[in-house]
Amino acid sequence: MGLNELWFLLIAVLFIGFFFLEGFDFGVGMSTRFLAKNDLERRIMINTIGPFWDANEVWLLTGGGAIFAAFPHWYATMFSGYYVPFVFVLLALIGRGVAFEFRGKVHSEKWTKTWDYVVFFGSILPPFLFGVLFTSILRGMPIDADMNMYAGFSDFVNIYSVTGGVTVTILCFLHGLSFLTLKTVGDLQNRARSLAKRVVWLAVAALALFVGLSYVYTDVFTVRAAVTIPMIVAIVLAYVLAAVFLMIKRDGLAFVSSGAGIVLTVALIFASLFPRVMISSLSAAYDLTVYNAASGPYSLKVMTIVAVSLLPFVIGYQVWSYYVFRKRVDGKDLTY
Amino acid sequence: MDELFLARLQFGSTTIFHFLFVPLSIGLVFLVALFETHYVLKGDERYKKLAKFWGHLFLINFAVGVVTGIIQEFQFGMNWSEYSRFVGDVFGAPLAIEALLAFFMESTFIGLWIFGWDRLSKKVHLACIWLVSLGTMMSALWILAANSFMQEPVGFAIKNGRAEMNDFFALLTNPQLAVEFPHVIFGALATGAFFIGGISAYKIIKGHEVDLFKRSFNLAMTVALISGLAIAFSGHAQAKHLMESQPMKMAASEALWEDSGDPASWTAFAFIDSKNQENSFEINIPFALSYLAYEKFQGDVPGMKTLQAEYEAKYGEGNYIPPVKTTFWSFRIMVGAGMVMILASVLGLYFSYRETLTQKKWFLRGMVALISFPFIANSAGWIMTEIGRQPWTVFGLMTTSASVSPNVSAQSLLLSLIAFSLAYTILAIVLVYLFVREIKKGVEHHEAAPVKETIDPFDQEVYL
Ligand code: HDD
Ligand code: HEM
Ligand code: HEM
Repeated sequence: MGLNELWFLLIAVLFIGFFFLEGFDFGVGMSTRFLAKNDLERRIMINTIGPFWDANEVWLLTGGGAIFAAFPHWYATMFSGYYVPFVFVLLALIGRGVAFEFRGKVHSEKWTKTWDYVVFFGSILPPFLFGVLFTSILRGMPIDADMNMYAGFSDFVNIYSVTGGVTVTILCFLHGLSFLTLKTVGDLQNRARSLAKRVVWLAVAALALFVGLSYVYTDVFTVRAAVTIPMIVAIVLAYVLAAVFLMIKRDGLAFVSSGAGIVLTVALIFASLFPRVMISSLSAAYDLTVYNAASGPYSLKVMTIVAVSLLPFVIGYQVWSYYVFRKRVDGKDLTY
Repeated sequence: MDELFLARLQFGSTTIFHFLFVPLSIGLVFLVALFETHYVLKGDERYKKLAKFWGHLFLINFAVGVVTGIIQEFQFGMNWSEYSRFVGDVFGAPLAIEALLAFFMESTFIGLWIFGWDRLSKKVHLACIWLVSLGTMMSALWILAANSFMQEPVGFAIKNGRAEMNDFFALLTNPQLAVEFPHVIFGALATGAFFIGGISAYKIIKGHEVDLFKRSFNLAMTVALISGLAIAFSGHAQAKHLMESQPMKMAASEALWEDSGDPASWTAFAFIDSKNQENSFEINIPFALSYLAYEKFQGDVPGMKTLQAEYEAKYGEGNYIPPVKTTFWSFRIMVGAGMVMILASVLGLYFSYRETLTQKKWFLRGMVALISFPFIANSAGWIMTEIGRQPWTVFGLMTTSASVSPNVSAQSLLLSLIAFSLAYTILAIVLVYLFVREIKKGVEHHEAAPVKETIDPFDQEVYL
C-alpha cells in the first residue's frame, strides 16, 4: 500500500469515526423532540452527550483538514462544488454548537424552547445533508476537465440522493436512541428502547431502498463486488442483530450493532469510491482519484508521521473521557 | 457585484468575526487556569469561585469561537478553491495538524473540565484547564504557521503548477512565524486581561464583591502589563522583519510614496491621496521610522513608487500597491491602542499598590471602556497584515484574483454572505446579553445556585 492509498484509508477512518461518534450525538439531538416528554428529560438527554459532542465534531474537522492536506484537489472540488449545501451544514452546526451552551443559561420557557428547536434542526439537518452529499458523490457529479464541479439543483436533489440523506438520518437516529438506552435509567430508558425497536425496522427499510437504488444508479455492485456485496450483507445483519438485542434488552450489544451498521455503511461508501474520490458524471477521464488529486509524496510522508504519532494519544484521552463519564445520567445527579 | 469582491467580503467578515472570540478565549482560559492554580496551591476557596465565574464567561465565548471556527475550516475550499489547489500541499498540513493536535485536546479537556469538578481530583481537574490553554495556543501556532506561509512562503518548490512542500521544518522555523506568533499570543492574553480588568472595574464601581474583584483586577493587570510590553516588542520585531520580507506593506503602512531619505521620519498623521499618489498633509516625527525599521537612527526606507517599479520588473505588469489608507490607519489604530493599554495597566497596578484604586472612579470607568481596545487592535492588526499584503494571497506567488473559486456563483456567495451575517448578528447579540446577565449575577451566585426548586437539576453551570 502506498501513501496515497494509506491516506484514503485514514480519511475513511476519520469519517467512520465521525459518523459513529457524532452519529449518536445527532441521534440524541433528534430524540429531544421525538422522545422527551418534558424539559427535565431533554436536559438529561443532552447531558448524556454534554462532555463529548464537541470532541466528536472535531473528527469532522480533522477529516476536512486531512482531505485538504492529502488531497487538495478533492478538498477544492468538493467544498466549492457543494457550496450551497455546505452553507446549510455550517449554519446547522453553528446553531447546534451554541444551543447546547446557551439553552440552560436563562430560566425562561421561551428561551429554552427556542434553543431546543435549534438543537433539533441542528441535529437532523447535518446527517441528512451529509447523506445527500455522499450519495451524490457516489453517483457522480458534473466535474469538468479542470476538476471544477458545476452542478445544478437536480444533481443535488433527486430520488437517490434524498434516499441517501434520509437513510443516514435514520441510522443516526437509531444510533442515538440506543446510546440513550445505555446512558439513562427508568422510564426514559424504556421509552428509548421501545422507540428504537420501531426505528430499527425503518432503518432496514430505508437501507433496502438505498441499496436497491444504488444498484440502479451507481457501480457499487460492479466495481468491487467481492468486497461490497459481503459488506452489504453484513450491514443488513448488523441491523437485524440490533433489533434482536433491543428485544431481549441487551442494550450494550444493541448499541454495538447499530454502531457496526453505521461503520459498515460509511465504509461501504468509501470502498465503492476507491480509488476515486470524486466521480465525474461527464467522463471517467475527469474523475478525481487518490493519485491525481493528491499532494506530493513529501507532504504525504510528513503527514503520515504526524498522524501515526499523534492519533494514539488522541484516541487515548478520548477513551479516558468516556471512562470518566461512564455512569448513567438520571434526574438526581447534579453534576452530570 | 463580482464574485471576487463577494468572496473577499465573506472571508474578511468571517475571519474578523472569528478573531473577536479567538483572542478572548486564549486569554480568558489562561487567566482562569491561573485562578484555579491559586486555588489548588493555596486552597483558598475564593479563587475557586473566581475560576468558576470567569470560567462561565469563557465558556460562553468559547462556544461562539468554536462554531465560527468551523466555517473557517471549510471556507478555503468553498471560496478559494484555486488557492486550495495551489497551496493545499503546504497549507493543508498545518491545518490538519492543528485539528489533530489542538482541537481534539481543547474540546476533550474542556468537556472534562466542565463536567469534572466533582469527578476528578483537584490536580487532575487543574491539569485539564491547563491542557485546554495549551490547546488554544497550539491551535494558534499551527494556524499562524499557515498564515505565515502566505506572508513569507518557505519550504516549497513549484511542481506541476502547484506549490509542493519540500521542507516541513522550514514552515515551523519561518522567520515570519517567529515574530507573528508571540505578537498574536500576547495580544490574546492582553485581550483576556483587559476583559477581566474592565469587568472587575465595573463591579468595583458598583461596590459588588469588591474584595473578589480587586483580586481579579490585580491578577489581570499584571498579565496585561507583561503582555502589553511583549506586544510592543514583538510588534516592533514584526515591523523590522517587514522591511526584509514585505517592504511594500511597510511603505503602505507609512503612506510613503517616495523614498524616505535618510534618516526616515515616522508619519503620525496624513491626508492620503491615493489617486495622485501623494499626501497632501503630514505630521512627521523625525528619526522614528528609521528606528522602527532598523533599530538605529539612520537608514533609508524605500517608498511605494520605487517598490512598484521593482515588483513590475520582477513579477510583470500590474498594481502592487495595496489599499494605502486602510493599511496606514489600521496600523496607527493598533499601535495607539497598544500604547494606551500599556499606560492603563501601569496606572492600574500603581493605584492598586497605593490602595487608592476604589477611589479612582474616573480610572475605573475608563477601564470599562478599555475592554474594547484589544478587540479593536486585534482586528486592526489583521486588517493591516492581510490588506497590506494585497494583491497577493501568497506573497509573490499567487494573487487574490487568481485564488477565488471559479465555479461559485455570485448568487451563492450573496446567499452565504447574508446567511452568515445574520447568524453572526444573532450570535453577537445573544453573547452580549448572556455576558451581561452573568456579570450582573456576580461570583457568589454561582456557588449557591444548583439546588433550586426548579425541575431542572442540571443548573446552567454544569452543562455545556
Ligand atoms: C491565533 C489564533 C487563531 C487564528 C488566527 C484562527 N484560529 Fe480558529 N480557533 C482558535 C485560534 C485561532 C482557538 C483559540 O483554538 C479557537 C477559538 C476560540 C475557541 O473557542 O477555539 C478556534 C476555533 C476554531 C475551530 C473550532 C475548533 C473546535 O471545534 O474545537 C476551527 C475549525 C478553527 N478555529 C479553524 C480556523 C481556521 C481555518 C482559521 C484561519 C483562517 C482560524 N481558525 C484562525
Ligand atoms: C490564519 C489564517 C488567516 C487569518 C487569521 C486571516 C485574517 C484576515 C482578516 C482579519 C482579514 C480582514 C480584512 C478585511 O476586513 O477585509 C482578511 C482578509 C482577507 N484574507 Fe486573510 N486570513 C487568513 C488566511 C487567509 C487565507 C488562507 C486566504 C486565502 C485566500 C486569505 C485571503 C484573504 C483575502 C482575499 C482577504 C480580503 C482582503 C480584502 O478585502 O482586500 N486569508 N484575512
Ligand atoms: C504596541 C505597538 C504595536 C506594534 C508596533 C505592532 C506592530 C505590528 C505589525 C508591524 C504588524 C504586521 C505584521 C505583518 O504584517 O507581518 C502587526 C500585526 C498584528 N497586531 Fe500589532 N502592533 C502593536 C500593538 C498591537 C496590539 C495592542 C494588538 C492587540 C491586542 C495587536 C495585534 C495584532 C494582530 C492580531 C496582528 C495580525 C497578526 C500578525 O501579523 O501578527 N498589535 N502588529
